[in-house]
Amino acid sequence: MGVGFTTLLGKEVLRFWKVSFQTLLAPLISTLLYLVVFAQVLGQRVSVYPGVGYAAFLVPGLVMMAMLQNAFANSSSSLVQSKVSGSLVFVLLAPLSEIEFFSAYVLAAMLRGLLVGSVVLVTAGFFFPPQIHSLLWILVFCFLATGLSGALGVLAGVWAEKFDQMAAWQNFLILPLTFLSGAFYSLHSLPPLWHFISRFNPFFYAIDGFRYGFIGASDVSPWESLLIVGSTGLALSWATLALLRSGWRVRP
Amino acid sequence: MSSQERSLPAVEIRAVQKSYGALQALRGVDLTIEQGEFFALLGPNGAGKTTLISILAGLARADAGTLRVMGHEVVQDYRAARRALGVVPQELVFDPFFSVRETLRIQSGYFGLRHNDDWIDEILENLHLTDKAEVNMRTLSGGMKRRVLIGQALVHRPPVIVLDEPTAGVDVELRQTLWKFIRQLNGAGHTILLTTHYLEEAEALCQRVAVLHKGQLVACERISDLLLGRQAATLEEAFVGLIRDVET
Ligand SMILES: Nc1ncnc2c1ncn2[C@@H]1O[C@H](COP(=O)(O)OP(=O)(O)OP(=O)(O)O)[C@@H](O)[C@H]1O
Ligand SMILES: [Mg+2]
Repeated sequence: MGVGFTTLLGKEVLRFWKVSFQTLLAPLISTLLYLVVFAQVLGQRVSVYPGVGYAAFLVPGLVMMAMLQNAFANSSSSLVQSKVSGSLVFVLLAPLSEIEFFSAYVLAAMLRGLLVGSVVLVTAGFFFPPQIHSLLWILVFCFLATGLSGALGVLAGVWAEKFDQMAAWQNFLILPLTFLSGAFYSLHSLPPLWHFISRFNPFFYAIDGFRYGFIGASDVSPWESLLIVGSTGLALSWATLALLRSGWRVRP
Repeated sequence: MSSQERSLPAVEIRAVQKSYGALQALRGVDLTIEQGEFFALLGPNGAGKTTLISILAGLARADAGTLRVMGHEVVQDYRAARRALGVVPQELVFDPFFSVRETLRIQSGYFGLRHNDDWIDEILENLHLTDKAEVNMRTLSGGMKRRVLIGQALVHRPPVIVLDEPTAGVDVELRQTLWKFIRQLNGAGHTILLTTHYLEEAEALCQRVAVLHKGQLVACERISDLLLGRQAATLEEAFVGLIRDVET
């Protein structure tokens, strides 16, 4: 990993930083709106785990949801944008390996996800001071989940050739996966069928494990979540790297 | 450079084939360009010039055949091959997030060069872009964007420079300064591969020329020999006659 890699990483970070109004501020506001609406409306009535208030349950879920969505959005939209505009050639002409290419996009996506997550967490913390059960679990799931989502974004960006194809990923995959992930509720409150389906959603495990780090309670063991989020991320990265090596859609 | 490297061809293309679905864009192309040449690759629209350049640059993959830049195979030894190559793409592409200087710095970084500002300043000056250095790419005119593209191809001082229609949409004055600059680079030992539809430009600049037609090379020789062989006064005349002959 040399200067070429750090340059691409830096360029990707600079890209979202220069439009931080859209890439950092907008997600902060939309997440806070969810928080206000759900915490105010449901806060008095709902208790998911004994002794845990709804806001304490909701905040980590919303933070993780924002991290997942923004990490995905960063790598996928950067790739599609530069494919559509043609400026991806500048990267493709450079002597960068597939690993360098992949890691630069994923790391920039992780950084954006983590930045959005931290800002949401800090802002929400003014209204609902978070409890912290285990900082280590929090950090583990922060990194793994944004990595997973950033890698998924690279895969989507490699595949998509137009903006509407990317919108399809957003609307038919990312949005359902993040909303049906237990951010707003515990899996145990779902009917059996939805409960069953949710167990195949890696984002559910990301949120459940992340939340465990705050409140010390979860639907499944954080170790199980770690295993599933980690192995899904690895499998996805392996597949994306294989596609990049084959030149599929990128070096046609 | 060892003496062995010095005698390597700058570009070596062997039996390259490429299809897009049913369309055969390249049907077995062989081409060797020696170091230091100023070489023109000509052909009508759709002949396969850009396809061949894309494969040489690793932007596309050949279905069959091998390509080397300064002896480095473009797929197996892609790092060395890409370092040896500077490509000015045909399409006017740019990254709207950055200024001219940022664009050139980032491109330098991709090639592993961190402190390249002296050379970047020289490029800017030669391409008459010094006063636009801090301007965002989005706000440049088409011809200025083209100049930045040329600058981007040169940041890493590649021994082989490929220009895919670099003067399309460029005004007369810049065309002249551009050719002066490219000639200077050629004089300093850089190999130049040029595609253009302005045949008088190719005639004035290049020693050798290859003509692609529907994915096949139909000529590859010294311009003077081509003119002599076809009893033509100008390259344009020779080219038009050649294309007419192969099409009938
Ligand atoms: N990505 C692609 N998908 C399908 N067909 C393609 C693609 N790229 C090029 N072609 C086809 O391959 C052929 C060669 O195209 P190419 O761009 O190499 O021509 P060219 O010689 O550069 O022409 P021009 O002088 O117009 O730039 C054309 O018929 C073109 O339509
Ligand atoms: Mg072309």
